[in-house]
Amino acid sequence: MLQCHAKGCDDPAKNFPLEISDFTKEEIEAEKNKDFLVRMLPKLEWNALYTTAVKLGITGLPETLPSDAETNDEFLSALHTVLLEVHIKEGKMTCNGCNHVYPIKDGVPNMLLAEHEI
Amino acid sequence: MPRPEHQAPPEIFYNEDEAAKYTSNTRITAIQAEMSMRAVELLNLPEGETAYLLDLGCGSGLSGEILDEDGHIWVGLDISPSMLDIAVQKDVEGDLFLQDIGDGLGFRPGTFDGAISISVLQWLCNADKSCHDPWARLQRFFTTLFMCLRNGARAVFQFYPENDSQIERIMAAAMKCGFTGGLVVDYPNSQSARKYYLCLFAGQDSSGKKQALPKALGEEEGDAGVNGVAYERSRQVPAF
Ligand SMILES: C[S@@+](CC[C@H](N)C(=O)[O-])C[C@H]1O[C@@H](n2cnc3c(N)ncnc32)[C@H](O)[C@@H]1O
Ligand SMILES: [Zn+2]
Repeated sequence: MLQCHAKGCDDPAKNFPLEISDFTKEEIEAEKNKDFLVRMLPKLEWNALYTTAVKLGITGLPETLPSDAETNDEFLSALHTVLLEVHIKEGKMTCNGCNHVYPIKDGVPNMLLAEHEI
Repeated sequence: MPRPEHQAPPEIFYNEDEAAKYTSNTRITAIQAEMSMRAVELLNLPEGETAYLLDLGCGSGLSGEILDEDGHIWVGLDISPSMLDIAVQKDVEGDLFLQDIGDGLGFRPGTFDGAISISVLQWLCNADKSCHDPWARLQRFFTTLFMCLRNGARAVFQFYPENDSQIERIMAAAMKCGFTGGLVVDYPNSQSARKYYLCLFAGQDSSGKKQALPKALGEEEGDAGVNGVAYERSRQVPAF
């Protein structure tokens, strides 16, 4: 859901998704909420989510969004895990447009920009 | 006492000591909780639905805890590492980002169902670095906020304005970036209870109805309209 926000980095083909690397992840159980997931569906860019999930070593998501996504419980449960339960503890996110690296520490991404990027 | 935002940049002012003091002060936690509840009420979200919300300047998570209680899922942004550290230690539910909101937000278009910001906006009106132009930062902030809200969503900012001209400039910046809405002043007649909420609408809601500015609390009969100042997009934007 995050793209690069450095000034001038506005090539939509490159500034999203940010590429996650050198990461450690953890899973924290979260309450299931089907209605919320269904409302999130139209906001997701499936391809970006899928490739990011694969990079993170999460299997279970289909390569394309199923047509019965809203009612497919097995699918929604996999989506729930990816969206709400997997957290990146440490790592970095790199923008493929401007090569800015956003480090993640203690589960908190550092999105601060340098003076020349604002 | 001088205003905190005149003393030091936020990431310096809210250092480890101040962040700890702030979060453990029962008077502060009570006030922040109350204002957060009021802000959520002003968001006018559909009853009983889990919304995806932004907490702008989330600090140590006092405002976010109210979002949790209401069953919402949230993302919190703050520029102070020490405030965020406390939020991490408290294991708040929201996803946290270390970010200067004056640099703009990088979320995908239409991501959020609403945004709250409690006691933060006055900080954005300062130039803390030589390269800072507060009004350019406000513009960039409002523009990128507008984009990442879904159509019809609201953003509610409780803040401590310094004077009327600051209010005017903030509103002008927001209107210029596409928002409509205005200022709701609760308890306008009480020096101590008076609270300012900037209520912004990102477009019309799905019903196509024009969004109306919510009514303020504690207004005397008869002077309504004086304190709920509505601004239209078509209004002339002062040049600055
Ligand atoms: C009075 S605290 C309020 C924190 C929280 N909303 C609450 O209700 O407890 C103000 C917060 O705004 C943050 N802040 C100030 N300027 C900011 C900026 N430019 N970007 C992000 N956060 C900022 C400060 O770091 C601080 O945590
Ligand atoms: Zn970039």
